[in-house]
Amino acid sequence: MARTGTPKTLSNVVFVDGARTPFAKAGSLYSETRADDLVVKVMRELLRRNPQVPAERIDDVAIAAATQTGDQGMNIGRSASLLAGIPNSVPGYSIDRWCAGAMTAVTTLSGAIMSGAYELAIAGGVEHMTHHPMGEGVDPNPRYLAERIVSQDALLMGNTAENLHDRYPHITKERADAFAVGSQEKTAKAYANGLLQPDLVPVAVRSAENGWGLVTVDEVPRAGTSMEGLASLRTPFRPHGRVTAGNSSALTDGATAAILASESLADELGLSKKMRMVGFAFAGVEPEFMGVGPVPSTEKALAKAGLSISDIDLFEVNEAFAVQVLAFLDHFGIADDDPRVNPMGGAIAVGHPLASSGIRLMNNLARDFEMNPKAQFGITTMCIGLGMGGTVIWENTSSDSDSGATA
Amino acid sequence: MSDTQKPKSTEVVTKALVRALDMPMGAGVLGLITLDNGRDHTRPSTFGPEGLASLNQAITDAAALPGVTAIAVTGKPFIFAVGADLSTFENALDIEMIKSFAKLGHDVMRRLGELSVPTFAFVNGAALGGGMEVALHCTYRTVSTGAQGLGLPEVMLGIVPGWGGAYLLPRLIGPAKALDVIITNPLSQNRLLSPRDMIKLGIADAAFEPADFLEQSISWAAQVVRGSIVPERIDIDEKNWDAIVDGYRAALEDKIHDATPAPYRALELVKAARTNSRDQGFDAEDIVLSNLVMGDEQRASLYSFNLVQKRAKKPFGAPDKSLARSVNKVGIVGAGLMASQLALLFAQRLQVPVVMSDLDQARVDKGLGFVRAEVAALQAKGRLNGDKANRLLGLISGTTNMADFADTQFVLEAVFEDPQVKAKVFADLETVVSAECILATNTSSLSVSAMASSLAHPERVVGFHFFNPVAKMPLLEIARAEKTDDESLATAFAVGKNLKKTCVLVADAPAFIVNRLLIRQLSEITKCLDEGARPEVIENALNPMGVPMPPFELMELVGVGVSHHVLESMHQAFPDRFHSSPNIKQFADSGVTTFTMQDAAGKKTLDPAVFANLVQGDTVFSEEQVRTRVLEGLAEEARIMLDEGVVAEPQDIDLCMIMGTGMPFWLGGLTPYLDRTGTSERVTGNRFLDVGVASVPR
Repeated sequence: MARTGTPKTLSNVVFVDGARTPFAKAGSLYSETRADDLVVKVMRELLRRNPQVPAERIDDVAIAAATQTGDQGMNIGRSASLLAGIPNSVPGYSIDRWCAGAMTAVTTLSGAIMSGAYELAIAGGVEHMTHHPMGEGVDPNPRYLAERIVSQDALLMGNTAENLHDRYPHITKERADAFAVGSQEKTAKAYANGLLQPDLVPVAVRSAENGWGLVTVDEVPRAGTSMEGLASLRTPFRPHGRVTAGNSSALTDGATAAILASESLADELGLSKKMRMVGFAFAGVEPEFMGVGPVPSTEKALAKAGLSISDIDLFEVNEAFAVQVLAFLDHFGIADDDPRVNPMGGAIAVGHPLASSGIRLMNNLARDFEMNPKAQFGITTMCIGLGMGGTVIWENTSSDSDSGATA
Repeated sequence: MSDTQKPKSTEVVTKALVRALDMPMGAGVLGLITLDNGRDHTRPSTFGPEGLASLNQAITDAAALPGVTAIAVTGKPFIFAVGADLSTFENALDIEMIKSFAKLGHDVMRRLGELSVPTFAFVNGAALGGGMEVALHCTYRTVSTGAQGLGLPEVMLGIVPGWGGAYLLPRLIGPAKALDVIITNPLSQNRLLSPRDMIKLGIADAAFEPADFLEQSISWAAQVVRGSIVPERIDIDEKNWDAIVDGYRAALEDKIHDATPAPYRALELVKAARTNSRDQGFDAEDIVLSNLVMGDEQRASLYSFNLVQKRAKKPFGAPDKSLARSVNKVGIVGAGLMASQLALLFAQRLQVPVVMSDLDQARVDKGLGFVRAEVAALQAKGRLNGDKANRLLGLISGTTNMADFADTQFVLEAVFEDPQVKAKVFADLETVVSAECILATNTSSLSVSAMASSLAHPERVVGFHFFNPVAKMPLLEIARAEKTDDESLATAFAVGKNLKKTCVLVADAPAFIVNRLLIRQLSEITKCLDEGARPEVIENALNPMGVPMPPFELMELVGVGVSHHVLESMHQAFPDRFHSSPNIKQFADSGVTTFTMQDAAGKKTLDPAVFANLVQGDTVFSEEQVRTRVLEGLAEEARIMLDEGVVAEPQDIDLCMIMGTGMPFWLGGLTPYLDRTGTSERVTGNRFLDVGVASVPR
C-alpha cells in the first residue's frame, strides 16, 4: 500500500503578538548599538510577554533586513535566534524584499502555517540605517541603464516620489504637507493616549561618551509640525520639487518582531489572537513609480480574498512618502483625512527602518482593531523599492462579528 | 587627597558618567552611573584618585537629578570595575598617602549606602576588589549570568578588602560565607565567584541573562522602587559570629602559620564588623590597609602577582617568536604513564596528531589504554563531550615503528632517565625525521647537550621539562643546550605557549631551576637529620614561611626512591653542596614510601615507626636553626645559578618557584624572602633584588 503521510489541511494564521524597539533617528541613539542586538531584544521581550509560547516548538524564525552584511548579515534569522537564546533546534532564515522585508517574513511564514507545514513562527525585521545607509554596497548591473530596464530615477526613492507627483499633478505639495502634519498630529495624540507605548521594548544603549542610556520612546516624531514649517523645507531631490524631509519618512534605526501561529495551536496553548490573516498579495509596477505599488497589490489581495475596498474598515498604509499614500487613497476614492487611515499616524512621524516597518503596521492595525471592535477587516500595505507593493488583509478577532474562523 | 608623592599621574581614569533615565511602571527617574575608562575590555576599569573623584561627582550629580527615585551603577561592556589601580600601591612610599587613598575610596563609595534613595549595582561583568565593593555599598545588586571575574581577591595581593568589603560583606551574608569569599578563595589559587555563587551566597539579589541584562535590571529596580519586589535578606546568626570567626582562625593557623598578615587582619575586621559602626568599620579598614601596604609581604605579593600576570606571558630571553616553525604533528617517544599524559596534553592543546611509540605493542597498547581511560574520565566529568572525545582519540595513535615519526615536526622523548638510552632515541629519530624537526627531552637532570653531541643536527635539540602531573602543573622549563639554535628554541617556546604553560628559559645545567632548589633544600634537611635534628623539628621548620607542604610530606609526594636518586646524582655533580645522606639511603633501600600518618580528621603527623632506625649525630636543632640552614642553602644555590647563567634573573627563579612548587605570593617565590630575612646578604654578600622591587621602598 502506498504511504501517503498526514493529509494536509489548511490552517488559519493568527497574529499572536508583536513588538518593536522605539525608532531612533539614523546617526543618533542606536549609533553604538548593534542591529542584531536590536531585533534580539524585541524577540526576547515578545517571548517574555507570551510565556505560554513554547520556544522549542517554534518551527522557524524569519528576520528581514534590506542590507544583509555586518551586524545584519551572517543569516540574521538564524543568528538572531541563537543570540536570543531560542533553542538550537529552532531554525532560522533571512528575508529581503527591501522595505517589505518584515511583511514578507510574515507572509512567507504564514504560507507555511496555512499549508500545515508550520504551526508556530517568529517573524521580524531590522534596519540599522546608521550602520547600513541606503545603497550601501549596491552594485547595479550596467544593463539596467544601458538597456533602459529601469530609468536612473528608479534607484533613488526620493526621485520615484517626485515622479509620482508628475504622474498625479492633483497631488500637490500642499496636500502632501497637510497629510504629513496630520501624521504628526495623530502620532502625538496616540502617544498622549498611551496607544503606541505598549508595543515598545525599552533598549539599553551604550554611549562611550555619555554612559548607558535607555530608549523608551520613538525619537523621530516632531509634534507641533506646521504647514508653515514644512513649506520652508528644501526639496533635496529636485530644484523646486515637492518631496521634502517633512513629507517623507526619516532615515531610521529600529527593529520589529511578531509571533505567528496556526489558530488551532493558539487555541490549544491559550495564546492571544490579536488578528487573523485573511490573505495577502504582492504586485509589481514600473520601478521609477514604485510608490504606486500598494494599488495593484491591494486590488490583487482583495480579489483573491473575495472582498472589495468597501469591506475594509481600517488601513495601515506605510508612509514612505506622503505622495505615495495619497496616490493610493485617490485611487480608491478615500479622503486624505479619512479616520480609517493610519489612525495613530505613520512612518512620516515615527520613521521607517526599511525592512522592519511591515510588522509595525501590523502592530498598529492590531491596536486599531482593539480600539474599533465594530471593524471587521483591515489592511496593512506598503510600497517597495524597485517597483512593488505588498498588502496583507487581516480580520479583527475582537470584532463584534468575529465568528472564530472565516477560512 | 594630596598627590605630591606622585610627580606625574599615570592613572587610566575611570570616568563615572551620569544619565537620567525614566524607569518603567512610573517608578520615577533613575540616575544611572556608568563606569568607563574609555578603553576596551582588555583594560578593565580601575580606580585611582581621579577615578574616585569622578565617581564622587557622579553620585552628587545623580542625587541632584529632578525626580530621582533611585541611583544605579553599571560598567562598560564586560566590565563592572576591577578595583584599585594597583600602580597606586606599587609607587607608594608613604603610609599617609596610602591611608588617604584608602579613606578617599571610603568617603566616595560609602555615599552609595547613605543616600535618601535606594541604590543599585547592575553588575554587568567583572567586579573585583574595589569594584565589588562599589556593588556592596549599594542597597541592592543584580548580576549578569554572563559576568566573569567576580570576587574579593585582595588577600592574595597581601591586602584586605579595604573600601568597605571587610565590613559590609559579613553584615550582608554572615561571617562564615564572608570569610570564604574574603580569605579562603584568594588563598585557593584565587578562586573567583560565579554569578550563581553571587545569588547563592546572597551577595546579588537577582540575576539576568546578558542579552538584555541592563533592561531587565532597570525593570527589576523599578519594581523594587515601587515596592512590588522586596528583596530578601539573610538572617544572620549574630550569636555564633565570634565562634565562627575563631574557628576559622584555627583552620587558617594550621594552613599558613602566621606567614603573612593579610588574612589575619581580614579575619579581625570580619570579627569586629558585628559590633563596629560604619565609621569604626571603615576607619579600621583604612588603618589595616595602609599598614599592610607598608609591609614587605604585601610588596612581595604584588611582585608575585606581576610575575604571574606579566612576566609569565612574555618569557624573558626567549628568541623572537616569528622564528618559530609550525608544528602540525607531534611524536612522543615512550608510552609509559608520563608519556601518555604528555600525548593527551599535546593533542588537547595543540589539536594536532600525536604519535606515541614504545618498544613493543603491549606497552603501546597500555599507553593508549591510559589515554582512552583519561578521555573517558574527562567525559564522565562533563569536561569533554562525545564529539570532542572522538576528536582527541582520533588524534592520538601508537606505534612500535620509529618510521611513523617521519612527518612530525616536534618529538619529545619521555623514556627512562638514562643518558645512553636517551642519546640512542635521538640518534634513531634522526634517521627518520627531517633536519628541522625539534628533538625535545623531558629529562629532569641529565645534560641536554650531551644527548645532542653525536647528532648530525644538534641545533634542534632542546630541554622541555614538565612537572608532574603534567596536565595540572603550569610550569615548563625550556633548556637551551650548547648548540640549540634560535629557530628551534623559538619553536619550543611557541609549542610551550600553545600548551598553555608558563615557559621559563634555563641553561642546560643539572636539574635546571626548580628541582635544583628543591634538591638543595632536601640536601640541607637530610644533613640536619643526619646531624641529629628531630624529624618533627624538621617537619615544622618551614611553617613560618607558609609553604604549601612540609619537607617530609614533600619527599613523600616526590617519592622516597626518586628523592634519594636525585640527591645522589646531584651529590655526584656537586659533592661540596649536595649531601649524600645515609638515612635517606636507608629509607629508600628499605622501601619506605610514606613518612606520615593521617588521623580521622585528615591531619597528617609524622609516623614515629618510620624513623625508628635513624642513625643520627648528637647536634640539637631548633626549628629556626633548620630553617636557617635551608634558607642559607637556597640563597647560596640561587646565587650560584645566577652567576653561572643557569637562569637570567632572580625574577625567573621566583616565577619558577611560584608556578612549579606553589610557593606563596607573600614569599615572592623565593628571592624576596631570602632578601627580607637578611639571608641573601649574610650568605652571598648581596641582595637578589634591589630594595623596593619586591619590598617596601626606602
